[in-house]
Amino acid sequence: MGDARKVLIDPLVDNNPVTLQVLGICSALAVTTSLLPALLMCVALTAVAALSTAAISSIRNRIPNNIRIIVHMTIIASFVIIVDQLLRAYAFETSKQLSVFVGLIITNCIVLGRAEAFAMKNGVGLSFLDGLGNGLGYSVILIIVATIRELTGAGTLLGYPILPLVSDGGWYEANGLMLLPPSAFFIIGLLIWGVRSWRTAQAEHPDYRIHQVHRTEVL
Amino acid sequence: MKDPGYWSIFLNAALVNNFVLAYFLGICPFFGVSAKLETAVRMSGAVAFVMLVASMCAFGINLVLEAINAPYLRIISYILVISSTVQLVEMLMRKLSPPTFRALGIFLPLITTNCAIFGLALFQTNKGYGFAQAIVYALGAAAGFALALVLMAGVREKLDLADVPEIFKGTAAALIVAGILSMGFMGFAGLGR
Repeated sequence: MGDARKVLIDPLVDNNPVTLQVLGICSALAVTTSLLPALLMCVALTAVAALSTAAISSIRNRIPNNIRIIVHMTIIASFVIIVDQLLRAYAFETSKQLSVFVGLIITNCIVLGRAEAFAMKNGVGLSFLDGLGNGLGYSVILIIVATIRELTGAGTLLGYPILPLVSDGGWYEANGLMLLPPSAFFIIGLLIWGVRSWRTAQAEHPDYRIHQVHRTEVL
Repeated sequence: MKDPGYWSIFLNAALVNNFVLAYFLGICPFFGVSAKLETAVRMSGAVAFVMLVASMCAFGINLVLEAINAPYLRIISYILVISSTVQLVEMLMRKLSPPTFRALGIFLPLITTNCAIFGLALFQTNKGYGFAQAIVYALGAAAGFALALVLMAGVREKLDLADVPEIFKGTAAALIVAGILSMGFMGFAGLGR
């Protein structure tokens, strides 16, 4: 039981896929201009991550090692297609806003990374929880970023006005830059900085391969 | 929809809607291999090649899928064909140029899961590009990717020597730099119409 709890809770802050492992940043940056598409994206990604890690884990002993990535891809792609079709059927307008990014869940490093690193070694139940946890960890970041961007960029949340805009007789001057690409980079950068100052252990995580290469090369 | 010229497609993909800095595609390799200039250049080469192949594959697959009226199979067939192509490149590279293979390390297999490549295939389908247009689009996207990656690597090499707070080093700093680059690229808006 302790295991399951750890697997589910850990990715939320301590081992967050976005801020610590720096995976899945692409969509975290792209779909966060407003909260509604971001929420939809969170649900989509969490569903795909949880279901596909469970599915991969259930056949992990039958997957030949050489072609495992292709097998993972096939499984993940099938779930993505299901999610994509569902979104188109029930939330057409928002799914148009997400454009190709739902399809791009396949190439989201979080899903494939968890399949590769966790689901291939662990049982179905744990893998499901791991996928769920990582999906939620991703969602936390997405929701934070989207809230900041929509609130400061348009003065609304989920389309409802929160900060009255100057143009409508209020006091808040909308900051258009927050809706443009650069602000996404800034917000996530600052967020990572913040999380790492809070949880200092995350700064020098020895497991982080990219940094190791980078450090030795500097020496 | 009006038919955009080749030059404007190229400019659009490379600068105005730069894949990395405006669409946020291919961010993982962007941060992963941008620590060193030389690696960045090689990576861009590999990505450019895969993008071209992927674009051609996607065009072919799309024709077939349209013919059998099964567009919902697009995602899965694209990803499979593209990832097998990448594995082919990987094998070729291991055989022909072991140093490059070592330098790129784990990132070659990751090109498979590179959203830039997959995104390219999906965008070109969405925009309904013809074969030649798709090729130009892929070239533009690859040029834009290379540009962003090389710029980033240049900045990060200098950044290593700078006095950056320990906790801010690495990803956080890289993201802020990317944000500034992205702001610079916004200056291209409106070009190539």
